[in-house]
Parts: sequence; structure tokens; C-alpha cells
Amino acid sequence: MEIKVLGTGCPKCKALENATREAIEKNSIDANITKVTDITEIMKVTMTTPALVVDGKVVVKGRVPSVNELTELLTK
Amino acid sequence: MNTKIFKSGRTRFVILLLPLWFLTYHFLQPATDWITDDLLKLTKGAHFTETFRFFIFEVPKVMLLLVLIIFAVGIVRSFFTAERTRKALEGRKTFTGNVMAAALGIVTPFCSCSAIPLFLGFVESGIPLGITFSFLIAAPMINEVAVILLYGLFGWQTALIYVVTGLFVAIIAGWIIGRLKLEKWVEPWVYEIQTGEQDENLEKLTFETRIGMGFDAVKEIVGKVWLYVVLGIAVGAAAHGYVPEEFMASLMGKTTWYSVPLSILIGIPLYSNAAGIVPIVSVLIEKGASLGTALAFMMSVIGLSLPEMVILRKVLKLPMILTFIAIVGTGIMLVGFLFNYVF
Repeated sequence: MEIKVLGTGCPKCKALENATREAIEKNSIDANITKVTDITEIMKVTMTTPALVVDGKVVVKGRVPSVNELTELLTK
Repeated sequence: MNTKIFKSGRTRFVILLLPLWFLTYHFLQPATDWITDDLLKLTKGAHFTETFRFFIFEVPKVMLLLVLIIFAVGIVRSFFTAERTRKALEGRKTFTGNVMAAALGIVTPFCSCSAIPLFLGFVESGIPLGITFSFLIAAPMINEVAVILLYGLFGWQTALIYVVTGLFVAIIAGWIIGRLKLEKWVEPWVYEIQTGEQDENLEKLTFETRIGMGFDAVKEIVGKVWLYVVLGIAVGAAAHGYVPEEFMASLMGKTTWYSVPLSILIGIPLYSNAAGIVPIVSVLIEKGASLGTALAFMMSVIGLSLPEMVILRKVLKLPMILTFIAIVGTGIMLVGFLFNYVF
């Protein structure tokens, strides 16, 4: 699956990226993570950062869920 | 699912912790006195004793307040999103819009790194510049940490005065910025931003998730400010015990008219967070600084911060930033003079 982490580089955005990577590695999910830091690109999707986009759909925004919760979101 | 047990465990954890919180808070004063007078047998009224007593009472008290209220605010904020706030502000008339924007600025989750996307989102959906600014002024200035510390160290009256005058400054300053028609001072690329279909109800948050967000808020904010609180109270405690009464009266008293504008100017580059500044200001007042001057100083330190200006420079031209500082600064000054005059 295609995962995008949207954020301009604030601490929360990094935390979300790390948590997502951890969830993927733990559950050996086949996914491709890209980071989107360009504000014009982010604005096309959401105005609340950080956000997590899975296969074109926003699943999380404005918060950093726990690795457990992310696992649930990604394996659904 | 073991995640479910984990989550409901957190709710149970909160129910268990609440009575413990109230007990600790209730017995803090007697416990402090017992440690100071009976356990350590310090001489009552001596400089060191009173400094010590102040410190070991205020630090746990403020920490307890911070944890409880930030937790509650974290849950309240889970009901507000920038998208919802924007929707509420769309198409509002000038004055009503300013009032709503300032009020929503208090409850909408906001950090300095979300200022730009928020600004872009507001402008894109046609919310007037003045209303956007009412939001951008209120959001950082009236934050929960400042209000909790004011409540803890000054009492609820001062906390309320701070919130009300902060709202007033945000509403009026935003309204004036709107009247001045300063759109030409917004960077042109801002108006070229295209936003896509942003679906609103993507997440149905459960109660457990909201409790979790409360916990996250506590971890994040208390983790960030606790050191400033301890340091601020330590400086405050030392001054409380050792600096003579009325020491600040000549410098920051109400009879020196220039004390208000001077404190605001000093406050702009001083970017301490609320956690560090409020305990120090509380002692300034105790030593003779007037409420108006102290209030103006605090609003300037918290509300007009240099790092935020640097961030906003990406979307606003320099004259706009300077106008913004001038208008908000004048508003704060009026508040300062008013309180020096009334009290």
C-alpha cells in the first residue's frame, strides 16, 4: 500500500512518521512510505498537520496515534 | 483484542486517579507546613524558610493543576478541528466573525507549526484577513498553560481578566486589520493555493481515543514545560523570600507611565513560554509592580513572539508583520493603562 506522511517538519510530524514505520516493520506490512513536506502539496489534502494518507485516503490528522492504533488502522 | 483492554484500562485509570488528585491537592498546604515547621523545624518567618515553603508548595500545586486541566483541555480539543473552525467562520460578518474567531482560537488545537497551513486554509476559503488575525492572535495568547498558571498563582479573578482582555485585544486588533484592507501585504502565492476536497468526517473518535488524546496532551505539554515551571517558581520563590516589599514599585508601579510600553517592548523578543514567565510576574506584583504593567508584560511575552513572526513571514510581507505587531502592541498597551488606572 501507498502511505504518505504529511507535515512541514514539526516534532509531531516526525513522531507520526516514526510510529508509522514502527507499525509497518512490526507487522511486516508491505507498504511504501513517502514524506510530503511541501506546503502547497499538503494543502491539497488537509490543513491539519501531521496527517497520514493511506492509498489516497486521509486516515489520521492532527494527532499522533500509538503504534497499536496505527497497526489497527493499517491492517484493517 | 488486547488493544481494547489497554484502552478501557486507561479510562479506569483516570477514574482511579481523580480522587487521588483531589486528596493530594487538598492536603498540599498542611503537608507543606508540616514539612517546613515540624519535620525540618525551620525558623518561621526567616528568609530561607519562606522561600523554601513557597517553592515546595507552589511546584506540586502548579504541576497538579497543569496535569488535570491540560488533560481536560486535551479531551475538549478532540471535539474541535481546524476544518470545523474554518467551516464555522465561513461567510461570517466582520464583527461577529472576529468575536467567533477569537473564541475558537482558544479551543482549536494550535501550535506554531500549524499556523501556516491554518492561515492558508482560512484565506483559501474566503475568510477575511481580519477574522483570520483575530484567530491568530487569540490562539497563542490565551493558552491553557498561561491560564492555569495565572489561576494557580494569582487566583481566578486574574485568570479571568487575562482571558477577557486577551479576547478583547484579539477581537479589536483583528477588526482593525480587517478595516485597513491589507490584503496587498499578503504574499501573492498564498492566493494561488488550491485545496482539494477535504472530507470532514473521516475519523469517528471513540471516547477511549479522546481519553488517550488527553493523556497525549499531558505528556506533550507537561513534558515540555515542567522545567520552566520549576525554574520560574524557583526564581519566584527566591524573590519572594529575599527581595524587599515595594522593590518593583518605582520601576513597574502605576505611577511610572512609561512602564507599560517599556514592558511590552521588552516582552516581544523575550520568548519565554507562559510556564516560565507567570511565576516570575506573580512575584513582580507581590513586590509592588502594578497589575496593568504586569499584565501587559505577560501578554507581550506570550502573544507577540518573535519565532511566530518569523513563521508568519512566509505568508505575510514585512510591513504586514510590523503593522500586526504595532496594532496588537497598542491593544495590549491600552489594557495595561486601563488596569493601572482602574486598580
